[in-house]
Amino acid sequence: MTSSPRTDVVVVGSGFGGAIAAYHLAAGGAKVEVLERGPWLRGTDFDHDYLLGKSYTRVFDFVAGDGMSLLGGNCVGGGSVVYFAALPRAPRFAFERHGSIGRRMWPAAISRDTLDPWYDRVSRVIPVRTQDWSEVTYSGGLWAAACDHAGRTANPVPVGIDAAKCTNCNWMMAGCRFDAKRSLLMNYLPGALAHGATIRPLHEVQKITRTDDGGYRVHYNEVDEVDYRVHTGGGTIDAKIVVLAAGAGATPIILRRSEPELGAMPEAVGRYFSGNGERLNTAVINEDRVREVLGLDRGDGIAYAANQIGKGPVVASWDRLDENLPEYSRFSLEQLYFPPGLGTILAQAATAGGPAWFGVEKKEMLSRWRSWLTIFQMTEDDNEGVFGPPPPTGNAYRISQQMLGRGPLRYDPTPNTLRGWAAADAEVRDILERDGLATVLPWTNDVVGAYTVHPLSSCRIGDDPATSALDDRHELRGHPGIFVTDGAAVPGALTVNPALTIAALAERAMPGIVAAARARGVDVRYGAPLPDDAASSPVTAR
Amino acid sequence: MEAFADTIIPGQKRSPDDRAIAGAAEGGGAVAAGALELLRTPATGITAGLGPLAAALNAHAETYAAERGLDLDTDVPAFVALPFEHRSALVAALTTPGHPEKDGWVLLALFSNMAYDSAAHMSTADALDQGHPGLLSMGFAKPDGDGLWRFPRYSYGRVLARPHPSTTASGSPR
Ligand SMILES: Cc1cc2nc3c(=O)[nH]c(=O)nc-3n(C[C@H](O)[C@H](O)[C@H](O)COP(=O)(O)OP(=O)(O)OC[C@H]3O[C@@H](n4cnc5c(N)ncnc54)[C@H](O)[C@@H]3O)c2cc1C
Repeated sequence: MTSSPRTDVVVVGSGFGGAIAAYHLAAGGAKVEVLERGPWLRGTDFDHDYLLGKSYTRVFDFVAGDGMSLLGGNCVGGGSVVYFAALPRAPRFAFERHGSIGRRMWPAAISRDTLDPWYDRVSRVIPVRTQDWSEVTYSGGLWAAACDHAGRTANPVPVGIDAAKCTNCNWMMAGCRFDAKRSLLMNYLPGALAHGATIRPLHEVQKITRTDDGGYRVHYNEVDEVDYRVHTGGGTIDAKIVVLAAGAGATPIILRRSEPELGAMPEAVGRYFSGNGERLNTAVINEDRVREVLGLDRGDGIAYAANQIGKGPVVASWDRLDENLPEYSRFSLEQLYFPPGLGTILAQAATAGGPAWFGVEKKEMLSRWRSWLTIFQMTEDDNEGVFGPPPPTGNAYRISQQMLGRGPLRYDPTPNTLRGWAAADAEVRDILERDGLATVLPWTNDVVGAYTVHPLSSCRIGDDPATSALDDRHELRGHPGIFVTDGAAVPGALTVNPALTIAALAERAMPGIVAAARARGVDVRYGAPLPDDAASSPVTAR
Repeated sequence: MEAFADTIIPGQKRSPDDRAIAGAAEGGGAVAAGALELLRTPATGITAGLGPLAAALNAHAETYAAERGLDLDTDVPAFVALPFEHRSALVAALTTPGHPEKDGWVLLALFSNMAYDSAAHMSTADALDQGHPGLLSMGFAKPDGDGLWRFPRYSYGRVLARPHPSTTASGSPR
């Protein structure tokens, strides 16, 4: 038998959790290998093209479950390559939530106050900046004006976008062609590489086993770069520390698959999944009313008709992020662009009865696509998602060559979650249907279930071993030396976009992980300076 | 398969005696948009399933017709013989949560829809050049000469709302 290659640390996944861990451990002197299931692309690889096989399908992963489908990144840089770079901090009350367990679900050591310094660090690296109104796109402006008209407030959202480079092309989900999005390819990952970390794309981790010396062996398959259903090889790497950061839809599956050999997992692995309470509504805007009631005009006589123009969410309403409101009734509302394809099918037309997501009326609604305004609701759900037995490889039975798979998640929304969604739906209606501005219709959950781009909590931190998989240092209970730093660790829905919180938690976890690595004989120190300001072009394998 | 795609995004008949396309809507629908080409693209992962899905669809159509006492013309496949509103009702039933074959029918619906709203079987710029009915009807903008999209005008450029009073210095909620 050939011996397995060895390293100090294996990091699984190169999104927020993985990239931050890789940077600090490599910068501190550890030998770090990052295994990433997806390909490694850069600016000019990011196509403006819906053709299957272009960057759109290469960098994405869409996994349908029972009652909930997950959309995430599948590439070096993970979700940061495909996301919209809206980077707010979570409100104070989100950390005080009780959720389904009836007592505070976050570890006692973490609150908004204790996390703020870590938020600050990430915000310097990416960097995160607040936008001014002149950068706010037509759709953000329309949403702001409608909120104002309804007596509400509205905020430009902090973002990780270089405004000078952005062309408002709205292809940012396919990766940013113009290098305007400050993805992890621009900061933590080049920093990690500069300190000697290795990133292996198209390496999908399947399971972890133990080595004789108390370390871990990470087993992976190599994935074909065009047809992800095909495995071209496989192997193992041994490490003293494993940092799992495959995302909330994948990390618990790797752990469950490892259970027969690693030994029993904490009960909370693969439970308490949250979709961040996400839900979407599509409003079809009445252009005349927008001109008359809101006084909006693009300067050429067109009032709005700008769904295709822009850069994801730029304006949010935070009026219902009020700590005095009862749990499950707090939410934020954010204007959003979802491109055609997977998103468009879920928008429903106003029909007298019968199906609304396909057919004649739906086609009519599509003909008014430029006048759509999509509103994204982030509510407080009940952590009700549960993962079933792992599929043979990866986190899904892959259907298409790229992007599409069927996974083992079951999500059956509780009355609390449904109430939160209904309250958010009603608020959107109240704002956008006022004075005939629009007709608002929720996306249907009947086709692929609820739909989240913010999977969280499937392996969460907490003080109570019965309801959390990780301690407050992100170490997997009962398996010292395995850490989870991705969205899986976040205990519950945040009511805002989660990436900055995931990143801040990963930053916060690093001193402890470095200490654990030292205790296991790795020559590594914590305290490297943060990676340089965003590079002007992303790192690649070439 | 054409009849199924036409149920998802209906279009006008190609000729007066067109049977697969029911003619429920003006303009090109999913079929004219290239649904069959997309469904036959190996990247979708469903090409091998198309034959069995077509057979199953016709079997469902026969059962559906029998239950309602509808007389189906036997010159064409059973689903094609169903009038449009019944095709719609059957597709709705097959894609209802809890239907044991829902996954397969949803996939078929998804790709039928994608042929129309994103022309996933062609390069987007080519699709627009060639007058793709879905993208044109939706008003999808043409790219610049280099095939990339840019929108130099994108903002009303003025303050449109008051920010939330407890916004912190970082621009986030309190
Ligand atoms: C379209 C879209 C828009 C979004 N917009 C925003 C936004 O504006 N603001 C915001 O805050 N959040 C946004 N998000 C969410 C954000 O991207 C995620 O919350 C964040 O990326 C999660 O970080 P993570 O580290 O948990 O996982 P990810 O960033 O998903 O990283 C996980 C990585 O692990 C890899 N992986 C998975 N399985 C394996 C395996 N077995 N072996 C090896 N590698 C594996 C994946 O390919 C991926 O690269 C958006 C997401 C999407 C999809």
